[in-house]
Amino acid sequence: MAKTPKPNELIQIDLTPPSRDWEDPTVEFRPGTWNYAADPETLKYLDLPNPRKWQVSDEDWQLPENWQQIIMEGFKDRLQRFRSFKVFMDVCVRCGACADKCHYYIGSGDPKNMPVLRAELLRSVYRNDFTAMGKVFGKMAGGRELTVDVLKEWFYYFYQCTECRRCSVFCPYGIDTAEITMMAREMMNLIGLSIEWILTPASNCFRTGNHLGIQPHGFADSIEFAVEELEEVTGVKVDAPMNKKGAEILFVAPSADYFASPHYYTLLGYLALFHEIGLDYTWSSYASEGGNFGLFHSNEMMKRLNSKIYAEAKRLGVKWILGGECGHMWRVLNQYMDTMNGPADFLEVPKSPITGTVFENARSTKMVHVTEFTSDLIKHGKLKLDPSRNDHWRVTFHDSCNPARAMGLFEEPRYVIKNVANNFFEMPENTIREQTFCCGSGAGLGTDENMEMRMRGGLPRANAVKYVHDKHDVNVLCCICAIDKATLPPLLEYWVPGVEVCGIHELLGNALVMKGENDRSTDLRGTPIAEEADPTEEAVGESGTTKEGAKDE
Amino acid sequence: MKLVLSVLAIIVLALVPWVGVSTMGLHTVFGVVLPYLAIAIFLVGFVWRILDWARSPVPFRIPTTCGQQKSHSWIKQDKVENPHSFWSTVGRMLLEVLFFRSLFRNTKAGIKDGPRLVYDSSKWLWALGMAFHYSFLVVFLRHFKYFAEPTPDWVLGLQWVDNFFQVGLPVIYLTDVLLIGAVSLLFIRRLWSPQVRYISLASDYFPLLLILGVAVSGVWMRYFAKTDILAVKQLGTGLISFSPVGADVLSGIGAVFFIHLFLVCCLFIYFPFSKLMHLGGVFLSPTRNLANNSRMKRHINPWNPEVKVHTYDEYEEEFRDVMKAAGLPVEKE
Amino acid sequence: MNDMPKIIIGLVIFLMLIGFPLWYNVANDKAGYVPDMELPDTADQCVRDTEWMRTNHMDLLNDWRDLVVRDQQRFEANQVSQQMEMSLSNTCMDCHDNKSTFCDRCHNYMGVQPYCWDCHLEPEEAI
Repeated sequence: MAKTPKPNELIQIDLTPPSRDWEDPTVEFRPGTWNYAADPETLKYLDLPNPRKWQVSDEDWQLPENWQQIIMEGFKDRLQRFRSFKVFMDVCVRCGACADKCHYYIGSGDPKNMPVLRAELLRSVYRNDFTAMGKVFGKMAGGRELTVDVLKEWFYYFYQCTECRRCSVFCPYGIDTAEITMMAREMMNLIGLSIEWILTPASNCFRTGNHLGIQPHGFADSIEFAVEELEEVTGVKVDAPMNKKGAEILFVAPSADYFASPHYYTLLGYLALFHEIGLDYTWSSYASEGGNFGLFHSNEMMKRLNSKIYAEAKRLGVKWILGGECGHMWRVLNQYMDTMNGPADFLEVPKSPITGTVFENARSTKMVHVTEFTSDLIKHGKLKLDPSRNDHWRVTFHDSCNPARAMGLFEEPRYVIKNVANNFFEMPENTIREQTFCCGSGAGLGTDENMEMRMRGGLPRANAVKYVHDKHDVNVLCCICAIDKATLPPLLEYWVPGVEVCGIHELLGNALVMKGENDRSTDLRGTPIAEEADPTEEAVGESGTTKEGAKDE
Repeated sequence: MKLVLSVLAIIVLALVPWVGVSTMGLHTVFGVVLPYLAIAIFLVGFVWRILDWARSPVPFRIPTTCGQQKSHSWIKQDKVENPHSFWSTVGRMLLEVLFFRSLFRNTKAGIKDGPRLVYDSSKWLWALGMAFHYSFLVVFLRHFKYFAEPTPDWVLGLQWVDNFFQVGLPVIYLTDVLLIGAVSLLFIRRLWSPQVRYISLASDYFPLLLILGVAVSGVWMRYFAKTDILAVKQLGTGLISFSPVGADVLSGIGAVFFIHLFLVCCLFIYFPFSKLMHLGGVFLSPTRNLANNSRMKRHINPWNPEVKVHTYDEYEEEFRDVMKAAGLPVEKE
Repeated sequence: MNDMPKIIIGLVIFLMLIGFPLWYNVANDKAGYVPDMELPDTADQCVRDTEWMRTNHMDLLNDWRDLVVRDQQRFEANQVSQQMEMSLSNTCMDCHDNKSTFCDRCHNYMGVQPYCWDCHLEPEEAI
């Protein structure tokens, strides 16, 4: 494992491009900036082409003999199947508006991390082989031949894009680098170039129903353990039905929620909430993953993994589906699931059994985001909340890329937070909502071997957290994404020590006053809740909240 | 290198008609044949490119959402930045196409001591882009007077507004100044900013220089090397009504005009094969022209593939024993 | 999703817009019109060569105005006379006495809107 440079070394970022032309594809695979290759056994399990033992650091990637032909056919095929790809290959004017919008560019200064150049890596090959200009003028028209070096460059830079879509917000043509990266990864998959941290979770999910590869009994154990833990904290024994036929609602959360920390406290929050409102729901061990690493691999893999959710909803005979806190999961659910595996005509239009609210915006897909569900409960006064139980937290909210830019889920989570916590502060406006910065580790790049790049990519996010940490003593970053919850803690530890990461339903679980609960002397983490908050500090917090609140309304 | 290449190309292109007309007398070639060819290539090329894009389906509904989604009745949806209906999507597209909405968001990132990352508002690119595109549009529309007889009132109106300040003689068109100014500044920006220079290709310099060449030759002709515009309009109306004028009229037109016309023809010919097609492409961008309603209405993928899935039965087959041991219900005992 | 009809409609609108002069001319049926400026029979020579006047008369009038108004120089020597008054109304329109059959014909054809007559009166014959 490469040693990650210290923050004061890493911050020496030179945004001036090098003297050599970008058309030179040579890449130095510096340790700490790339991810390990996938295991051939995983490829075989998933019936993927060209499995073989290879490693990124090898000189010879043992490409199949006709690899160029495979890529070119794959290229042509995708141009014909995705208008997005074709249009995005053609219309870029290289205005440069996207350049400094990418967290990897800001954090690394590597010009090929400018979204425009990342796309040009493909575009140059496209021009060379698929356009009249390129065929006539070749290099002069900006064409490049697909060589092994170009391929390695693709691999390096398309696994340095987290598909966060921030560049797309600023592009005058809406060119979405996520789309381009997805195409590039699909093409590389054709010749067996995949990374371990995408494909292993995908194959786990295919087999066991979740990325972590937790088998049904392990899943049941985790949930039951959480139930016990919740009882210890709250004194309330909740019911957590699993694989229950005839339940009204199927609840699907990212698997990290029941296996990793700090996700786990969010799970406790869900359990407490569903118990308190008497929700007739069920977990599923088969559809025990809301996330979908297939999204980071190929549209086909995404469909393969996603299919379980509807299949399980149908098998269990539920009326509709509720989805937990996860970022890319919601890109898949909002933009792909119905198209890929629908129509979900065996389900009913989601209707909250507690408030009677019909979720019209999910009337076809029949899947509702948990913050949509919870904000509705709070709005209707169905929950008894004591936000002062979160007074030890000074909260800011990180909009996760996909719920922000592939859904537009901005107010629902904020509404919940403002009702369950007294001290809420927004980060600067260029770093939240649709302009939010990625954690730097999404889209399958959250590995330990990629740590330097993660710290670089996460710099803009962490720096905005630092701003509210310095200004408002913010000590917790709230988010609704499992990848965030896994990767932000080391990021903040690196750049802004002293800020924790939590989920919204953790805060909700803290604030939720449950029938028959004990004195609740600790929060869900077991941290004692401050007896009496310092009055001066509280005053600052409140005025801060109002001020920030007024600004963002 | 890319820059030198582009400059050379423009110089050569400007010299071709000058030599062709003044020494070889190829007036008909440059005045009639080439314009017809250029327009034909432009029209066929443009339509072909659009249809070629249209031929590729949009398998998934992938709008980039830049505002609050439609959700509860008590949460205000941002209909323009996150539309869910056809007409609000039209609104979003109009803002994008007419006012370059996304470019208006532009910021410039910097790292200050601390370290502190700052994002300054940076509207220059937007302002130059607007100035350039709109002045070019007005200049283009004003030229309709060389083709339409009688000159339409709206062209006269446009011209009157454009001449509003009545400076100089012939009165200076505001858009001439804006166009040349904006193109020059955009060109300078490409060279000035190290990042933008780094990403620039010959095909970025070339169209800017070509448009600059068109504008400068036009302005040169209007204010300095005046030519017989009566004959020019005869040429224009003749071309558009498919009864082109003869060499007698053409020979009365100055060489600068032929340089201007030739550069315009080059622009038309170059257009469908280049990034200039963003004119049509901006309408077809799936991240902008689709409503974010994929949870409300199923979006159909025409090639939705059959994939191998891991069914529940296969899953239970593999894990039945442990499921039973863990107390999870199973389908088959 | 089949959006081909929308795209075709868009293309047709685009073609209609850029093809404006084409159908506008068809509708007006005047594309072949060439203005015929009535030349004076009273004189056979202008103050400058005809070819030059055709493209540069606006400059001449502009220069004349500056000389007369700013430099108080009212006369010039040219190929017609040694002592020619530099005046639109008195000199030019002495020969070209009909604005509508001379000036306007070409100006209208070219869509040129000179502001000469914002101040100057047309000769009475023309009114």
